Amino acid sequence: MPPLTLHFDVSTDDFSCAGEASGSVKRTLKKLGFAPDVIRRVAIAMYEAEINMVIHANGGVIDASITPEEIIIVFADVGPGIPDIDLAMQEGWSTATPEVRDLGFGAGMGLPNIKKYTDDLQIKTQVGVGTTVTMKITAK
Amino acid sequence: MITLHSVTLDPTLCMGCTNCVKHCPTEAIRVRNKIAKIIKERCIDCGECIRQCPYHAKRAVVDPLTILKNYEYTIALPAPTLYAQFQKVRDRNYILTALKRIGFDDVFEVSAAAEAISNATKDELRHGNLPRPLINTACPTVVRIVRTRFPSLIPNLLPYKSPMELAARWAKQNAAKKTGLPMEKIGCIFISPCPAKATSTKTPLGFDHSYVDAVVSIAEVYPKLRTAIKMVKAPEQLAHSGPIGMNWAVSGGECRGADSMEHLAADGMENVIHILEAVEDEKFSSVDFIELNACVGGCVGGVLAVENPYIAKARLDKMVRQSRQEPAPEGLPEHEIHWDDKVEFAPIFQLDNDISAAMQKMALVAEIEKKFPGMDCGACGAPSCHALAEDIAGGFATEDLCIFLIREKLQRLLAEKEEENDSK
Repeated sequence: MPPLTLHFDVSTDDFSCAGEASGSVKRTLKKLGFAPDVIRRVAIAMYEAEINMVIHANGGVIDASITPEEIIIVFADVGPGIPDIDLAMQEGWSTATPEVRDLGFGAGMGLPNIKKYTDDLQIKTQVGVGTTVTMKITAK
Repeated sequence: MITLHSVTLDPTLCMGCTNCVKHCPTEAIRVRNKIAKIIKERCIDCGECIRQCPYHAKRAVVDPLTILKNYEYTIALPAPTLYAQFQKVRDRNYILTALKRIGFDDVFEVSAAAEAISNATKDELRHGNLPRPLINTACPTVVRIVRTRFPSLIPNLLPYKSPMELAARWAKQNAAKKTGLPMEKIGCIFISPCPAKATSTKTPLGFDHSYVDAVVSIAEVYPKLRTAIKMVKAPEQLAHSGPIGMNWAVSGGECRGADSMEHLAADGMENVIHILEAVEDEKFSSVDFIELNACVGGCVGGVLAVENPYIAKARLDKMVRQSRQEPAPEGLPEHEIHWDDKVEFAPIFQLDNDISAAMQKMALVAEIEKKFPGMDCGACGAPSCHALAEDIAGGFATEDLCIFLIREKLQRLLAEKEEENDSK
């Protein structure tokens, strides 16, 4: 059976829409009957990555691929790229603007949290070109 | 009639409109053959359909006041919302005394039990190790929506019985001691602002059997009580709680009683669902206590209350300011506060128990949904085109219910007919 695929366009700088894609995937996984713990991990990791896209990269596209065994989500943007991934993976490190921090985002927990809740995380990034984040959550 | 739910439909009054269908937070209603039908597995007894029905066809199933005669000794358990229903009553002892005048042998304030639960909550917040944020469980509709739609948050539920249930256990134990009667001859009757409370006495969550013997609506006792209050000249001192317990009637009251470091209160089904979604995504990592109430304004917004929730809140605020903290009743059964059983996940929204089969159904639903206009008009009797597609995939409905598909079919037939005529 082919995987179930879902596609989302994440718009620029619109915090009111941030979370729509992760919310939609969460609802889909619930209808499909995935374990509550799996759904929770997908929801948290995906929400963080979606917010990252809005804060840092002027939006982008999200593609989710769902099979009974695993959930793979690819976040692709043409934003500024991440100059130093190791630094970005550290808790508390953030390049978010003060305006974004005032909104309660940009605490530097995004990537560390994503790593914590996923089974596999790949980040391909090039400064000035963009970033592709691929996360995998195993369902069994 | 045997029912596990406390919301029911009077088919003679139902016009087959879709007001209730559109407002149901769990998509539990469909109109079929001009009559609304409640899918009972999905109903969480929130009462929204009762509130929305312009024809009063949706009703709450509660007990009549005549149930008092079934017991040798009766105790009224008034929800604090009751205090906010009457104009110009400043001292709740008038209301409590009037309850005795209309037929109850005794009264026991549910707000007294609420205060015991506030104390237990404070204790848990200070020393406990349940996952944060804690989610309150006094509103049975909230517990039901968590166990069906937010299973990952079940561990966050405050594992305590409701003030109503604790009040019944506490009052019954005291009355048995006082009267020497066996428990079954003592009737604990809750005076309720909502139908969900009635359901939670029939099919409780977190324990096996409720000590609440009957649930009578505030709306039913209201006229009798109003008259009786006017006749009270010297009220008895029956109050056994204070501002903390009384405030439980309004959204935010339980937060104040819990005395938490950082809390949040939300009310109204739509807001409750938004907050639960956000908690699930760990958006409130610093909040330690969340109070959710299905009705707007809290219990004062219950469909069985008489007064408008905002007026009721203003009135209660005034009464609270003029109320003293009265000592709690004797003999709090502290061991009764905690739930006896775990609340389990009820996966009623899953398309199938097997993920592969569910994926196949989902693909089928998507295929069917493409045929519909996506207007979510509700004329088919389902709340949305998507819901109709799901119903069809599940074998509960047919495409013919969509008036747009029927119109297309008619136009096609007419065109064919015309062509036929032209060629003759």
